[in-house]
Amino acid sequence: MSQTNFSPWDDPNGKPLIRFDNVTKKFGEFVAIDGLTLDIYEREFFALLGPSGCGKTTMMRMLAGFENPTSGTMELAGKNIAGVPPNKRAVNMMFQSYALFPHLTVWDNIAFGLKRGGVPKQQIGTRVEEMLKLTRLTKFARRKPHQISGGQRQRVALARSLAKAPKLLLLDEPLGALDKKLRQDTQFELMDIQESTGTTFVIVTHDQEEAMTVASRVAVMDEGRIIQVATPDRIYEAPNSVYVADFIGDVNIIEGTVKPAGEDLYHIDWNPNQAPLLAASERPFSDGQTAHLAIRPEKITISTEQPVDAKNTAKGTVLDIAYLGNLSTYYVQLEGGQIVKAQTANTRRLSRRSITWEDQVWISWSATAGVLLDQ
Amino acid sequence: MRRASWFNVTSLTLGFAFLYLPMVLLVFYSFNSSKLVTVWAGFSTKWYGELIRNEAFLDAAVVTLKVAVISSTLATILGTMAAYVLVRGGKFLGRTLFSGMIYAPLVMPEVITGLSLLLLFIGIGLDRGVLTIVLAHTTFSMCYVSVVVSSRLVTFDRSLEEAALDLGCSPFDAFRLVTLPIIAPAVISGWLLAFTLSLDDLVIASFTTGPSSTTLPIKIWSAVRLGVSPEINALSTIMIGVVTVGVITASLISKRRTVKAQQDLQAAERGIS
Repeated sequence: MSQTNFSPWDDPNGKPLIRFDNVTKKFGEFVAIDGLTLDIYEREFFALLGPSGCGKTTMMRMLAGFENPTSGTMELAGKNIAGVPPNKRAVNMMFQSYALFPHLTVWDNIAFGLKRGGVPKQQIGTRVEEMLKLTRLTKFARRKPHQISGGQRQRVALARSLAKAPKLLLLDEPLGALDKKLRQDTQFELMDIQESTGTTFVIVTHDQEEAMTVASRVAVMDEGRIIQVATPDRIYEAPNSVYVADFIGDVNIIEGTVKPAGEDLYHIDWNPNQAPLLAASERPFSDGQTAHLAIRPEKITISTEQPVDAKNTAKGTVLDIAYLGNLSTYYVQLEGGQIVKAQTANTRRLSRRSITWEDQVWISWSATAGVLLDQ
Repeated sequence: MRRASWFNVTSLTLGFAFLYLPMVLLVFYSFNSSKLVTVWAGFSTKWYGELIRNEAFLDAAVVTLKVAVISSTLATILGTMAAYVLVRGGKFLGRTLFSGMIYAPLVMPEVITGLSLLLLFIGIGLDRGVLTIVLAHTTFSMCYVSVVVSSRLVTFDRSLEEAALDLGCSPFDAFRLVTLPIIAPAVISGWLLAFTLSLDDLVIASFTTGPSSTTLPIKIWSAVRLGVSPEINALSTIMIGVVTVGVITASLISKRRTVKAQQDLQAAERGIS
């Protein structure tokens, strides 16, 4: 599939569709966006992820033209768009509340933007039918927004914002109002539509699973700054900070002092009564530096007997078990008090499981299982 | 349902009698065939016939309708604009002062409003007539319109306008094609309110009226000073009818709107397909 090779951000000659250059946005004294620099490429499905108040919505509203940056430049296809009003931009937005016009039918809602653009009547009809077909809404064309379900409304909003074939489509928490099952189906639908129309999508979400599922790249934001921009797997497997590691998925953070132990290998002293941990890191650390070892729970093995050839082992007691159906998370208290989460897939039926509460267990992981972070 | 106690029945009767007995009497005697207002001499509609042939009253009625239609239309335009700016204008210097001041005419004694308008018209040398009454009525009824429209605008989802802008509308087009159709019921009930206010105003009209522009309330007032006639009763009955229809229509429009909004909400929650 071509999707696997899609990585224009690695191409040094690639021309970004959107370019933020040192953009700052202030509301009075409050700094919503703080000196942000970012490139987004054509045909990307780009996710802005962060807790509420991190500035992701402000960034989207600046792209749509509802807010203007206080300083810095914003380019769309090589042209500075700061100060260009929303109705003069080749950018469309799908609103969180959908913002469907209640007095117009589904058909007229989708045709609304085309009519404003001075498109000939014949073409409007063809385009609307095309959009209705794409979003499987043909049956509901004559209904008013209040006469259709939440999922259908979401699709009308998508069809309306895609009708003008914008260079860039902004999606503000597009699936927030849907229940979980419908949301998962719609995520794949969104990806299909994005791929078939070839439009660049920028999605704002606070749901990390959603961002990981749909996006080609994810930007993790906090307090108006971008902490890391990378593909979902890089974000998950190679976070650049404790913040990102902690924000995306579940993680164990062990703090300690670093001692070099060979090429790209380090020992971490974390507890005077325990053996130092061994971790591989491409990022260099100096002797005696404080570092955080971040290990995902599923990368930790739990066993009743001491593993023989594991690089890192520790003994502890099972404090709690969170049974999630497909997975179980064991909360293991190590000697010294630290609690480490270890996750195993429940490939066997529950009755066959050997580890239970208060059991003495061993946890272990390899040198490359964790990521060594300096902040 | 709970049965009404004798106390409730009595207080209800007294209350409504207090409110409506005078009007019922007036309507009743408008169908009296006798010339004497307080002596019943059988049913007749002859005073309505007399009324239609009375040119002075007809002229006054035409003036009144003209003033009411023009002033309520002007008041609706100005009041809607004021409401839009006060609700949507964001923070600007003196916004709180302005939104407080828009309500001032609601509580200002009509005599004061009338007198100050009279002074203004004399001051700028404007001849008193239909124009001055229209201006005066526009002034005092636009605040009612603005109150009705702004209460609707407060609950209006702003992202609808942003969506219109996003899809290529100029700010004016967004207002014309999206905001206005949605707030139309509030605008219409504001217009009806202004219309009925203008129709039955006596105080302000009598301050700002001129020789050739007598409105119906002024005509009735001056006719009654020479004695109550059955003709006046007939005229008043018609006015009561017009005002009642106006008020009921206005409240039905806003009522239907709320009920419909609730139904839509329920339908949306059920997620009908």
